[in-house]
Amino acid sequence: MRSRLTALPYALIFAAAAAVPLVRDDYLVLIATRAAVYWVLVSGLNLVVGFAGQLAIGWVSLLTIGAYTTSIMVARGWLGALPALGVAGVAGALGGVLVGLSALRLRTFYFAMTTLGFATIVTQVALAWTGVTGGGIGIAGPTLPAPLDTQTGFYFFCLALAALCTWMTLNIAESRFGRALVGLRDVEVAAEAMGISKTHLLVTVFLFSGALAAVAGGLFATLQSYITPDAFTFDLSVLFFIAILIGGRGSVLGPLFGAILLTILPEFAAPLVAWSTFLYAALLLVIVIALPGGIADLLDQRRRRELPKDRLVVPRPDLVPSLIMRQLERPAMILSGVRLSFGGVHAIDGLDLVLRPGEVHGLIGPNGSGKTTTLNVISGFYAPQNGAVRIGDIPLPSGAQTRASLGIARTFQTPRAIGDASVLENVMIGGTIEGRASFAECMLALPRHRRDEAALRMQAERCLRIVGLEALADERADRLQHSELRFTEIARALMLCPAFLLLDEPAAGLSADEITRLGALIKAVGVAGCGVLLVEHHADLIFDICDRVTVLNLGRELAAGTPSEIRAHREVVSAYLGG
Amino acid sequence: MLSSILSTGFAVGAIYALIAVTYNVMFSASRVMSFTAGQIGMLGGVFGAWFILRLHLPIVAGFALTLLACAGIGVLTEIVAVRPVMAGLEKHLYVLSTLALALMMQQFTAIEWSTEPQPFPRIVGGGFWALDQKFWLPMVACAVVILGLELVYRRTLVGRAFLAIAEDNYAARALGLPERNLRIASFALAGAIAGLAGFAGGQLLLASIANGPMLNFYGFVPVALGGLGNNRGAIAGGLLLGLFQQAANFLLGGVLVSVAVFVAFIVVLMAAPQGLFGAPPIRRV
Repeated sequence: MRSRLTALPYALIFAAAAAVPLVRDDYLVLIATRAAVYWVLVSGLNLVVGFAGQLAIGWVSLLTIGAYTTSIMVARGWLGALPALGVAGVAGALGGVLVGLSALRLRTFYFAMTTLGFATIVTQVALAWTGVTGGGIGIAGPTLPAPLDTQTGFYFFCLALAALCTWMTLNIAESRFGRALVGLRDVEVAAEAMGISKTHLLVTVFLFSGALAAVAGGLFATLQSYITPDAFTFDLSVLFFIAILIGGRGSVLGPLFGAILLTILPEFAAPLVAWSTFLYAALLLVIVIALPGGIADLLDQRRRRELPKDRLVVPRPDLVPSLIMRQLERPAMILSGVRLSFGGVHAIDGLDLVLRPGEVHGLIGPNGSGKTTTLNVISGFYAPQNGAVRIGDIPLPSGAQTRASLGIARTFQTPRAIGDASVLENVMIGGTIEGRASFAECMLALPRHRRDEAALRMQAERCLRIVGLEALADERADRLQHSELRFTEIARALMLCPAFLLLDEPAAGLSADEITRLGALIKAVGVAGCGVLLVEHHADLIFDICDRVTVLNLGRELAAGTPSEIRAHREVVSAYLGG
Repeated sequence: MLSSILSTGFAVGAIYALIAVTYNVMFSASRVMSFTAGQIGMLGGVFGAWFILRLHLPIVAGFALTLLACAGIGVLTEIVAVRPVMAGLEKHLYVLSTLALALMMQQFTAIEWSTEPQPFPRIVGGGFWALDQKFWLPMVACAVVILGLELVYRRTLVGRAFLAIAEDNYAARALGLPERNLRIASFALAGAIAGLAGFAGGQLLLASIANGPMLNFYGFVPVALGGLGNNRGAIAGGLLLGLFQQAANFLLGGVLVSVAVFVAFIVVLMAAPQGLFGAPPIRRV
């Protein structure tokens, strides 16, 4: 839920913007209109760049597509200006997906280059397709119907759209989709393990922000009243992109400030107009090097808040049954003859393992014996070259993002948390697949979305109480200590009320007391009916809480049995435990 | 027609190949792809025209100064845009820092030099169509660079140190190699190569700021297709790209050329994101 306080800056900005026509300065209204039009584009692009972390630096291409679509429709008398804006939105959405598809395979610099190339192509086509676009001579921009055809009328129309875009993107930012986007940006592997589909999510976001960019293009054409390919320079792309980065990634307010700032800055320093792109670039360099969090980080109070020095993580194993109550008579997870090699290295060499509901199953062995690789096979990051992983009789489908819906959750050897999100949000992201509301419902804050949010929040608070972190729920995750991050990850995994929980060295880096408390928590999760697979090096923890232990060596099972059997196993003792 | 396709295609292709090598040399030393690669290529032409036509320096001095200036800008890239980002946690921010620096270079040149293409001096007199300087000079420059690089990398101690750093940065540092100095040297070398590309291609491309983004893109295509850090792939890719572009220019004409190149680039990359000659990395979880 958005509090009144966070809505205040937006209210102030838009109230000030609505008051601009009172000054009776036509030029000022023009600049304010331009800022509003730019923001319609930037707000959508913000989801791509700021949230999903995709470096789309050539977004002017979609502005161009929108501007030409609208102008051509209107100039040929096919449609009125308003329906033409709608058509432009559809064209932009398609264009956005076209650009976005490459993001599914290409990373950082490659993707940036692709968007740049696309922008060049669009401009050249606009220049060459003389019969339709008017080529270098250009084409008249559409005029909106009365009362939007006056300068003030048009301004208020753009402002209303800008406000609508702010509201919609804020809704998305604060929904499970917004969190999932940031998850893909910062902790992609963990996001996949939580069932977040990169393809699905990115395509949706590219559709949305492509549509907004093209609508902005239509407005831009009206504002310019006449467009030529020269109007769509790369400098515009730079402005949009830099506005977001100056504003700060993962924020809506920051980029809003950024867009306003960059639009009006050159106007108040007339001699600098020629140097504006140079200054934007210099600003970008300074931001990247000195303040990667942008304006949003400066505004973030949580960065400075004092945290108590001697904090203890005290989990509440007694609360676990309130979260997980699973039948023990469920099918087990069965690995049979799993084999996986990387080049000549046999990481797993014919492994059989049965993980039963309600059991804590220890997986131990020296470094390089294939423990983590086994977890990665189960969670779908690697496909075994031989053998199979099944639950009961049903083989697991391929792909890591299918695991969460089967009730398989996991943690990682190095905790993967989103630094600038709160602890609570980090945990909520674990329940992303539990949400029922569609992207559109989230965007418009419809009831089903609000119910989702309330349920996820309640569940996350419950999980945080169980691991003993409820006091830190509102802190940024990057301010937490290592042990707290480990418990945060466990809370995130518990969000699914998992049938199977895979823990990868959860005790690494914890103090002796913390390990004892962790052990009790894991034990309780097992007793509640969850099958826990525990990879660990702390032998004491393993022998204390496990019902069954498998010892790996060089990708094979060296021994398997109850803890006391393993402790007495001669080879295990000599090869691994020592003694 | 065929001879024209071949002569122009190879010449343009050689320039693309040199920019691709620039990307590679920078990448090998730092794991950074820099947007300044093409811009330094553009500056090679601008500096050449400035030193020789405006300041009336002798050609040899102008050439030497161009390479020196471009090497300096390569070092500037390392100091301003690469080193600070490498010191931080989010290393992929190099995309933004080098983009920012590249934009600054381009804008500065646009304002202080010209936004319109300017003539570039003739270096060698005589010659007719295919034997004209503008066609063979880029090829010669490309051949000199590739032979020189092979010689340095395979035969000299410094070259082997370069290779060691490209292969495993940490291990090289642990062995006591002066990693930072070698990286600076690599960026200087990369800058000089890009400057040479711009200078050798000056007659063909003219001294124009539009060459910056153009070379950035067309110099990157061979890198992407040939596989990162693979100089032979880059040279082959660059020459192929030049020929493809010129052939398409004759067959399709005008705007469709860049569309064709772009589509080919995307299709190949989508099918093989590691390039045609690169090996797919094992996914690290």
